[in-house]
Amino acid sequence: MAQSHRLSDGGRIDREQPLGFTFNGKSYQGYAGDTLASALLANGVMLVGRSFKYHRPRGILSAGVEETNAPVQLETGPRTEPNLPATEIELYDGLSAASVNCWPSVEIDAMEVNDLLSRLMPAAFYYKTFMWPARFWMSYEKAIRQAAGLGTTPVHRDPDRYDKMHLHCDVLVAGGGPAGLAAALAAGRTGARVVIAEQQAEFGGALLGERDEIDGAPAIEWVAAALAELAAMPEVRLLPRTTVFGYYDHNFVALLEHRGDTVGTRKRLWKVRVKQTVLATGAIERPLVFADNDRPGIMLAGAARTYANRFAVTPGRRAVIFTNNDDAYRTALDLKAAGVEVACVVDLRGDPDGDLPDRADAQGIEVLGGWAVTAVHGRKRVNAVEVMALDASGEAVDGEPRRIDCDLVCVSGGWNPTLHLFSQSGGRARFDAARSLFVPGDSMQAECSVGAANGTFGLASCLTEGHEAGAAAAAGAGRRRSQKRISVPRVAETVEGAWRNLWVVPGKHPVGRRAKHFVDLHNDVTAADIQLSAREGYESVEHTKRYTTLGMGPDQGKTSNIAGLAILARERGADIPDVGTTTFRPPYTPVTFGALAGRDIGPLADPVRRTPMHHWHERAGAVFEDVGQWKRPRYYHRPSETMGDAVDRECLAARNSVAILDASTLGKIDIQGPDAAELLNRVYTNAWDALAVDRCRYGLMLGEDGMVMDDGVTARLGENRYLMTTTTGNAARVMGWLEEWLQTEWPELKVHLTSVTEQWATVTLSGPHARRLLGAFTTDIDLDAKAFPFMSLRQGTVAGIPARVFRISFTGESSFEINVPAGYGLALWTALMGAGEKYGITPYGTEAMHVLRAEKGFIIVGQETDGTVTPVDLGMDWVLSKKKDFIGKRSLDRADCQRLDRKQLVGLLTEDPNSVLPEGAQIVSELRDKPPMPMIGHVTSSYFSANLGRSIALALVKDGRARQGQTVHVPLDDRTPRAVIADPAFYDPEGDRLHG
Amino acid sequence: MLLISCPWCGARDETEFSCGGEAHIARPADPNALSDAEWADYLFMRKNTRGPYLERWVHTAGCRRWFNVARDTVTNEITAVYKMGAKPPRARAKASRRKR
Ligand SMILES: [Zn+2]
Repeated sequence: MAQSHRLSDGGRIDREQPLGFTFNGKSYQGYAGDTLASALLANGVMLVGRSFKYHRPRGILSAGVEETNAPVQLETGPRTEPNLPATEIELYDGLSAASVNCWPSVEIDAMEVNDLLSRLMPAAFYYKTFMWPARFWMSYEKAIRQAAGLGTTPVHRDPDRYDKMHLHCDVLVAGGGPAGLAAALAAGRTGARVVIAEQQAEFGGALLGERDEIDGAPAIEWVAAALAELAAMPEVRLLPRTTVFGYYDHNFVALLEHRGDTVGTRKRLWKVRVKQTVLATGAIERPLVFADNDRPGIMLAGAARTYANRFAVTPGRRAVIFTNNDDAYRTALDLKAAGVEVACVVDLRGDPDGDLPDRADAQGIEVLGGWAVTAVHGRKRVNAVEVMALDASGEAVDGEPRRIDCDLVCVSGGWNPTLHLFSQSGGRARFDAARSLFVPGDSMQAECSVGAANGTFGLASCLTEGHEAGAAAAAGAGRRRSQKRISVPRVAETVEGAWRNLWVVPGKHPVGRRAKHFVDLHNDVTAADIQLSAREGYESVEHTKRYTTLGMGPDQGKTSNIAGLAILARERGADIPDVGTTTFRPPYTPVTFGALAGRDIGPLADPVRRTPMHHWHERAGAVFEDVGQWKRPRYYHRPSETMGDAVDRECLAARNSVAILDASTLGKIDIQGPDAAELLNRVYTNAWDALAVDRCRYGLMLGEDGMVMDDGVTARLGENRYLMTTTTGNAARVMGWLEEWLQTEWPELKVHLTSVTEQWATVTLSGPHARRLLGAFTTDIDLDAKAFPFMSLRQGTVAGIPARVFRISFTGESSFEINVPAGYGLALWTALMGAGEKYGITPYGTEAMHVLRAEKGFIIVGQETDGTVTPVDLGMDWVLSKKKDFIGKRSLDRADCQRLDRKQLVGLLTEDPNSVLPEGAQIVSELRDKPPMPMIGHVTSSYFSANLGRSIALALVKDGRARQGQTVHVPLDDRTPRAVIADPAFYDPEGDRLHG
Repeated sequence: MLLISCPWCGARDETEFSCGGEAHIARPADPNALSDAEWADYLFMRKNTRGPYLERWVHTAGCRRWFNVARDTVTNEITAVYKMGAKPPRARAKASRRKR
């Protein structure tokens, strides 16, 4: 298919490599070197989207990241990406893209009615209209999102791979235009480790789209020579297609590299620690704010000549240039050279007289000095403009309008330095009042802005500034200056006149009437909207932004920022910097989640910890649950069993025969040193001096606020040696807690801590047959209850394996906890399983463990406690020493901890023994017809107990111990069960069984 | 991301460390001698300084040692790193107020 708007020669495209692509279902052809935008323009496609709020037809505005009008949905299926600017998509063969934000098509959009209704939809329309009643917001929001959607997110798993790269460098140059390349050369020549990142596929920046000369030859030859020299330097890394998107503390800089589909990874996230950063991020052209300045065919002047020079595309047949500065005359000259008819230059300035207007004049281009575009004709494509003469003040127009036919309007309101990264680095922009633009202020980190990013627009100055900054950055990073004297390339400097800033171009009608003056094309914010927000009292730009959504779109106000500030300032009678400068935050351009996640997805998202017996559990049908990073068997599933059946079977075995648990995940800390007992005294609530060797004690750990933090059994292994156990989930936290106190408050204590959780495998045998089963495996440990009493330990061998055996119990049954070196865990487990067959040995999981301990009224930290529960609340006063200080003790005396109506741990027995309460359910003492009802507590644990043949629950209830025997109500969605408050120890409250 | 110089390991990324909040708050020797208000002050009240600030950090994913850091909360500049039990470097903390 013919490319109707493609020039027959010139440009940086490869006519030998045609590429087919589809846009909105239609097939087109472009060339290698095109962007999607340039390829569409080459095919005469200007209308590419619909606007966010009014669904007005929109055309391509720019040739870069600042594009507001052409967000497209790239590809479909799992690789789809929404809202990519067509100007930033490198064309490839088979590319498929579609407009976002239009339905049923970009040509016919049903929501265009919003444009006709726009008088009824002022700024903040959604806030004002959909504010009340609040409960309707959910349905409003859904409808609004559908009407104002911006593309669709992929619903399938991302098939691509992403990598994260870490790097240190002396000098990072952000931007590969003339200033950036000059900086990289100067720094690279010192031998410095340099990284230069350019967001586009090709280095050269603005030079790619201009007809400048350097050293008497086309500038692009200088670019090629610079790249060749940089590529030959071993310490220089060139990163094309890479955007520096985030500038963080201590010169930590984040880059996103697009690698395409031809290499292993689609994108790479670079995390770079930089000694000196050079910001050569260029500038973004300002549009002019005039009547209906959003019509397709209205394009930034710099972009228009970039399309002609770089892509050999004529974006129109007959152009009008509308400007407040000299730079746009380059567009007039370049378009004319490319064969576009230039109808005239409309210049807001009365007497343009720089070098460039002179050149245009010499080329016979008509210049209307002191005129303005006052109306635009054509909805889906400009077909004419009306121009009028400005009066002396520039506040109004006079005389008769003149109509000029054209299909392209190239606008320029000057240029804004791209300050995003500078702002992210902590720097505050400085307002250059003479030129009405923001430039970088004082540096807050080791960075320096150069070239257009620094408000330096001439090519010769850009090269000089870049060169000097690159050399200074290398020196700042500790590199010696290059011995070679290098001359800065020669460029003929063009003399340019000053800009004339008319923030809203006057027209025939007042602003807001009969036409729209767009400030933010992305979010459909007009000058009238900003004026309205000022009248409604929004004085700060930060408030105005949120009220009108100015600058809130994916483009983040790249083109709209200064005009918005200026209009607000004028309404308030203030100076521009007084209404505030916007703080830019990362990312500069959108970053996909895939790139941020990298390889840390699926099984690699978080490390998995498995016990030595894990694969045995798997083969036995274990259903696992996550406890911290550990995988623990929750229950062992047998065919035809429900989870409830399995848990019942496991619980019954523990009380009637023998059951076996893999308890290897419990945290274990080996504590050694002469002050070990003193450490325990300070961190546990009870006293440890009297604990004999080979004895164990339960300990409760509090935070300094008096709230329960952890619990566990600690055994004394020797004179100066203890083994502390912690809950599975808290092991690392408790280790850190002890280390913190030892290092920061008690450095005088002679204690060493070693985490030995993973060095030991732990197997718990529980039940009436536990002793007999274990007896068959040991000859050197006397298991008799008198010789080896409850809460003691013995060291010896079990099944020929060196072992520590503890008589402790979390089930309330006679239990033995056997610890062996981790490598023997599976051998011990299989030996016990084999010999236990005759007793009906049953492996049990965490769910049965929870039920069994709840039958005994034993707490689980994190289930019965939530950081607001004291030992007194739990009825555990017995564990609090009166004689010594311990962490948290003083807090227990605070008035709040002494309140009589604190929630206390109680048992709950439902009236219907089969009714199992949901955990977290609220409890009321007095039932009313409807809420609110005073809530007196909540259910913390709730199970069906097969051993008791009924449901049991633990709960925290206000003044609960005094309510024993009272009936309470538990209002649920579909029923309101009644329950009686009971003692939390439901089973064997005397503890005869665990001592047996 | 801060670059923190652990006194034992050298400069490492912030992600290897954990911040323990304001430094030099000693646990009272006899908590029972304190009024509820004094105890609450020790327990809950921390300065929210704008500017030079002394705080504790621990090299969690490294040597696991605690140490002190003098950091400007406005600029995030770290002006000093010193070991537990050492006196805060007054002169250096003040120097950070200078404009760089
Ligand atoms: Zn360290």
